[in-house]
Amino acid sequence: MADNAEILTGLAEIVEEVAGIDTAEVTPEKSFVDDLDIDSLSMVEIAVQAEDKFGVKIPDDQLAELKTVGDAVSYISSHQ
Amino acid sequence: MTTRPRTPLRLAATAPGARLLGMGSTQPDNVVTNDDLAQRMETNDQWIRERVGIQSRRIAEEGTLLVDMASDAGAQAVKDSGIDPTEIDTVIVATCTMPTPIPNAAAQTAERIGIPAPGAFDLNAACAGFCFGMGTAADLIRAGSSRHVLVIGAEKLSDWLDWTDRSTAIIFADGAGAAVLGPAPDAESVGVGPVAWGSAGDLAQTIHIRPENGALAQEGQAVFRWATTKIAPVALRAIELAGLAPSDIDVLVPHQANLRIVEAVAKRLRAKGAREDMVVADDIIHSGNTSSASIPLALDHMRVDGRVRSGDTVLLVGFGAGLSYAAQVVTCP
Repeated sequence: MADNAEILTGLAEIVEEVAGIDTAEVTPEKSFVDDLDIDSLSMVEIAVQAEDKFGVKIPDDQLAELKTVGDAVSYISSHQ
Repeated sequence: MTTRPRTPLRLAATAPGARLLGMGSTQPDNVVTNDDLAQRMETNDQWIRERVGIQSRRIAEEGTLLVDMASDAGAQAVKDSGIDPTEIDTVIVATCTMPTPIPNAAAQTAERIGIPAPGAFDLNAACAGFCFGMGTAADLIRAGSSRHVLVIGAEKLSDWLDWTDRSTAIIFADGAGAAVLGPAPDAESVGVGPVAWGSAGDLAQTIHIRPENGALAQEGQAVFRWATTKIAPVALRAIELAGLAPSDIDVLVPHQANLRIVEAVAKRLRAKGAREDMVVADDIIHSGNTSSASIPLALDHMRVDGRVRSGDTVLLVGFGAGLSYAAQVVTCP
């Protein structure tokens, strides 16, 4: 089981690969849509990769609720 | 009581398999750019390019019928194959956008091309339709039920769109593509591999026609997730069924649903051993998503511009509404 810091690092790597955003930019308070300019299809790609990496399920309706990087870290942490 | 001796039923002589003999395609002359669409709805060129990869698409004039496009593409494929239309005994039109369900497209299309009284039927597996048709045709030929089969994917999606809905109107378009299949003289010349096909009826509602307005609707995220995760395994299965390895594939022609799905499927295949120099169809950029027509349109365009050569090993992968999917390896004619 990964702790929150490890989840954040892993998630930042996925965001960098999918959306080309530097890992340093991916911090908990950032909004995926408003701050990082990630569109809905890229969010699906990030979710699919996060599912593989952390062994969680992130259905589309849950995905829509994950507004910030911090939301995603908390979700993954509590569903591992 | 004595039993009358039963005469065993005779079956047709079988063929070693099928191969592609020729191809053809057609698109409407009317080019609709992203800027044209931005005049009609809240969207812009950059938004469309980023999300689906489309720069322009072809939309049929009001008076152009689906069977006009099917006949044009079919006639070209017959000509390209070098066989006489009278030698074709079966015509399959893969389509999901006929204006009415009766009559079917296949019989009238055959009549227009000059194919006399073939077995003719439409096949609805939406965007996977062409690959379903190819699989059916190849097996008809192998079983000896048919000798030459014309398979056409033809769609007039513009009749089934809400032109104010930017989630669908920017994606779909019109066109037709076709292939002629015939028997391979020996096992070495078989050019259509076994089909890997299936469906996911639990996701049927993710792509549907709304009864209230007759317009196509789709749950973009759900379909995108399905296509980017479930389709590469189908493609790998088709490769395996054909007795090949991913590195044997020269050309990948996935259904042109969305350039990002195309790229995701290619990436997954490369992770499983497909070559970096494998040519990947990107016909959607100037053709849009033409459902069952997209695979033959893409392959025919790539033949014409020289990106694919005769004898190349090509992987076709169709997927879409149903949800349904089908893939096979073919040798380019």
